[in-house]
Amino acid sequence: MDITDFYDTFFEEAEELLADMERYLLELDVDDPDAEQLNAIFRAAHSIKGGAGTFGFDVLQQTTHLFENLLDHTRQGELTLRRDIVDTFLETKDMLHDQLDAYRNDEEPDQEAFARICETLQRLALEEIGQALDGANGVPGQSSVDTPAASAPEPAPTPGEASPGEASPGEPASGGGGEKRLTVSLLNVGDKDRGLLVEELEQLGEIEAREGDSACYRVTLTTAVGAEDIEAVMCFIVEPEQLRIEQGDAEASSAGAGEPRLTVSLINVGDKDRGLLVEELEQLGEIEAREGDASCYRVTLATAVSAEDIEAVMGFIVEPDQLRIEPAGAPGSDAPAAGEAPAPDADEPVPENVAEPVAAPAADAKAETPKPAADKPKQDKPKQDKPKARKAKSGGGESTSIRVSVEKVDQIINLVGELIITQSMLDQTVSELDNVNHSGLHNGMNLLQRNARDLQEAVMSVRMIPMDFVFSRFPRVVRETAGKLGKEIELVTEGESTELDKSLTERIIDPLTHLVRNSLDHGIEAPDAREAAGKPRTGKLTLSAKHQGGNILIEVIDDGGGLNRERILAKARENGLNVSDGMSDDEVWQMIFAPGFSTAQEVSDVSGRGVGMDVVKRNIQGMGGNVQIMSRPGEGTTIRIVLPLTLAILDGMSIKVGREVFILPLSAVLESLQPSRDDLYAMAGDDVVLKVRDEYLPVVPVHEALDVTDAKTELDEMIAVIVQGEGRRYALLVDELIGQQQVVVKNLETNYRKVPGVSAATILGDGSVALILDITDLHRLNRAKKEARRGQRVDAAPTTLSRKEVEPS
Amino acid sequence: MTTQTTDAALAATEEQNREFLVFSLGDEEYAIDILKVQEIRGYENVTRIANAPDFIKGVTNLRGVIVPIVDLRIKFRLENVEYGGQTVVIVLNVGERIVGIVVDGVSDVMTLTPEQIKPAPEFGVTLSSDFLSGLGSLEDRMLVLVDIDKLLTSQEMALVDSVSE
Repeated sequence: MDITDFYDTFFEEAEELLADMERYLLELDVDDPDAEQLNAIFRAAHSIKGGAGTFGFDVLQQTTHLFENLLDHTRQGELTLRRDIVDTFLETKDMLHDQLDAYRNDEEPDQEAFARICETLQRLALEEIGQALDGANGVPGQSSVDTPAASAPEPAPTPGEASPGEASPGEPASGGGGEKRLTVSLLNVGDKDRGLLVEELEQLGEIEAREGDSACYRVTLTTAVGAEDIEAVMCFIVEPEQLRIEQGDAEASSAGAGEPRLTVSLINVGDKDRGLLVEELEQLGEIEAREGDASCYRVTLATAVSAEDIEAVMGFIVEPDQLRIEPAGAPGSDAPAAGEAPAPDADEPVPENVAEPVAAPAADAKAETPKPAADKPKQDKPKQDKPKARKAKSGGGESTSIRVSVEKVDQIINLVGELIITQSMLDQTVSELDNVNHSGLHNGMNLLQRNARDLQEAVMSVRMIPMDFVFSRFPRVVRETAGKLGKEIELVTEGESTELDKSLTERIIDPLTHLVRNSLDHGIEAPDAREAAGKPRTGKLTLSAKHQGGNILIEVIDDGGGLNRERILAKARENGLNVSDGMSDDEVWQMIFAPGFSTAQEVSDVSGRGVGMDVVKRNIQGMGGNVQIMSRPGEGTTIRIVLPLTLAILDGMSIKVGREVFILPLSAVLESLQPSRDDLYAMAGDDVVLKVRDEYLPVVPVHEALDVTDAKTELDEMIAVIVQGEGRRYALLVDELIGQQQVVVKNLETNYRKVPGVSAATILGDGSVALILDITDLHRLNRAKKEARRGQRVDAAPTTLSRKEVEPS
Repeated sequence: MTTQTTDAALAATEEQNREFLVFSLGDEEYAIDILKVQEIRGYENVTRIANAPDFIKGVTNLRGVIVPIVDLRIKFRLENVEYGGQTVVIVLNVGERIVGIVVDGVSDVMTLTPEQIKPAPEFGVTLSSDFLSGLGSLEDRMLVLVDIDKLLTSQEMALVDSVSE
């Protein structure tokens, strides 16, 4: 086991912390900042710093250190927040993210950016609170990456400077000296982990003594590092509740008292539950006495676990009001003396320290007003102290989600798909048996069918994640873009809980960002213009998501000036597009998606950016979706993206050619019809076009493109399916339409290779494989084959006969 | 990947005996490293793939995985290629892919000592000696030992995109 094994854990945690930080920063009301939010931001920075220190990510550690100090001044009210300060904080957060990415990719972070951000933070500190930030040798420019001693949280060379910086505020500054003595107790830590932890501790300071067994192993350490930092470091290896850190002499006090003793009273708990609870308690500590009856059963327990944790654990078995936890010595007494809390160190940021025995009376006071269930601290007080918050996660409510690799999920989806196929095969066999003699079997089959479908649905839903994942990044985008453009914009999001396949949510972000920027830039007018038009100065941008059938609709709605039909038409003419004044609005709006039709200068005279709308449209089509625009002059524009819910399932139309079955993506099918011979025209040799309502469409016979034998060849016996792929419309000739069905998309390239004219494969109800046709590629394939055939014919009879004479059409 | 496994296989040869799965194509007996074999199943329900070489019979559904099926009899230009109840597909793990090969029948599993494995002579065009790891002699029988990894990932099998080669 190597410390690098914990890198991934750290990266993931840090990533989440940064995401939290951004969310809190954005929610922050600069005029009246919420202390809880400031604390949460501070703690996020602090935790990242701790981890970064352990793993030797110096740049990250130093940046977070400066940031943390600044945040600390902020939460203590010494620094008054302003919008631009929050912007700087956001910028710092981005920088931390970049640094994190760099470390993740085994690279050194950008030194220049690091120096710049340090300077920015220092300047901010100087200007706003008139003092430089202490600690961490954070003199900007003087990069300390080369001097690990300076940055690693070892005893700092200048203790007076480093220690107050490292020690978090509120923690006793241990006599102003740099080093202090801490006792670190490891509870129920296995040998292997313990070895690792002790190694860690050796890095952090000097170990003076170590003793104990695996149930409780004590290490006395002289160090300049704060207890909280040590905890942050160790939490990567052990659970917070396995760890207790006490200030130097606390050792004596804890040795005197042994483990804090708690009395747990179970009120009206049945025998069975009581047995369970007592077992639980045995795991948590040593039971010294037990007495009482079902109406009130008392257990005296020597344990290192706090009362609150015990409560959280037991909350699974009994109601909170059936439980009372008190420090021993006050059995039954409902009013424990507050004086029992002789807590010089009971300051907020060190709850895991000597504060342990203190926590008990505190919990006791709460117990009088029935303490809410275990998950309450997590929901209602998300901004608790970090260690507590973690406890709530791991001990109390048990983490509500687990990380699973996508492959694992896909494997389950595969297996369930297989189950469904087996089930339908069985179903077929059973349906041939007569109902009277086999009614039990038939009933069983019905049940199986229903369960299998439910299972499939449930499994598919695992891949789905809420749109909140996408929407949550837009407050930032809107804030920044609006700031740059000098516009006042209110962002409203609707339907954040609408779920979408994970692979699609990731791919929708870029196009959606582009559309949002576009709306802010060209859609919503400047405040003055809005006022002149009789609208509120603040523009409104709405992002909404909702389900409709098997699709998700994502809309970007602005209340701006709407699209300008005349200018789009004029621009289109300029670009040489084929337009007429009689075109419908829809057709006109679609023109802004034409390649090269830069929506920027031309439509609204504001400078453009990066990708064009054509790229947006292409991306969305690549996901099997499409874009619609609705716009009213003076009232605003709505851009609607319609996407399939998942790429793993496709709405398909199954067709038959010869004896083979193929699937067409239903989204590409416009209509199907039985062509009459009169509507088919031959042209230029063997090309055929089909006339459909005054439109001539090229014809692609599937059996020719895919070499199907035994297919119908008489044109008027076949069925024409009109399809559209990437703007091109044509008629596919097939033998038979079988029906519509949802199919599970399987990649052909996993074990084989790309097949021309085919996008993927699927498994039909009878267990056989059917190919899903690629509408765009099929057209191309057909042309290529035709050309190849022509070439062959010319080769075969090059001298005497022209092509027409060889095979008159 | 391929060369690594071959090297490893050769190294193993020097030390110990190897097990081979023996199958027949027409009247000839071939053998492949048994560790490459995932399973053996009947030939059924193969979906043809358009515009593929004739020896690629198509794809089939192996418990939810789409697996290409190659008919080695056609690849080796044997006569009398027939599909019946006896026709067998050997499902192989080649690199990270799963591929099925069609053979006339599977006879048994043989252990060959290093002495029994003779170097392969230069063959004709149909089966380049590049794809052979040797000839196994077993009393009066001769087994053609096929380096199935090399064969199935070769350009001429057209099983993998040439880009990914």
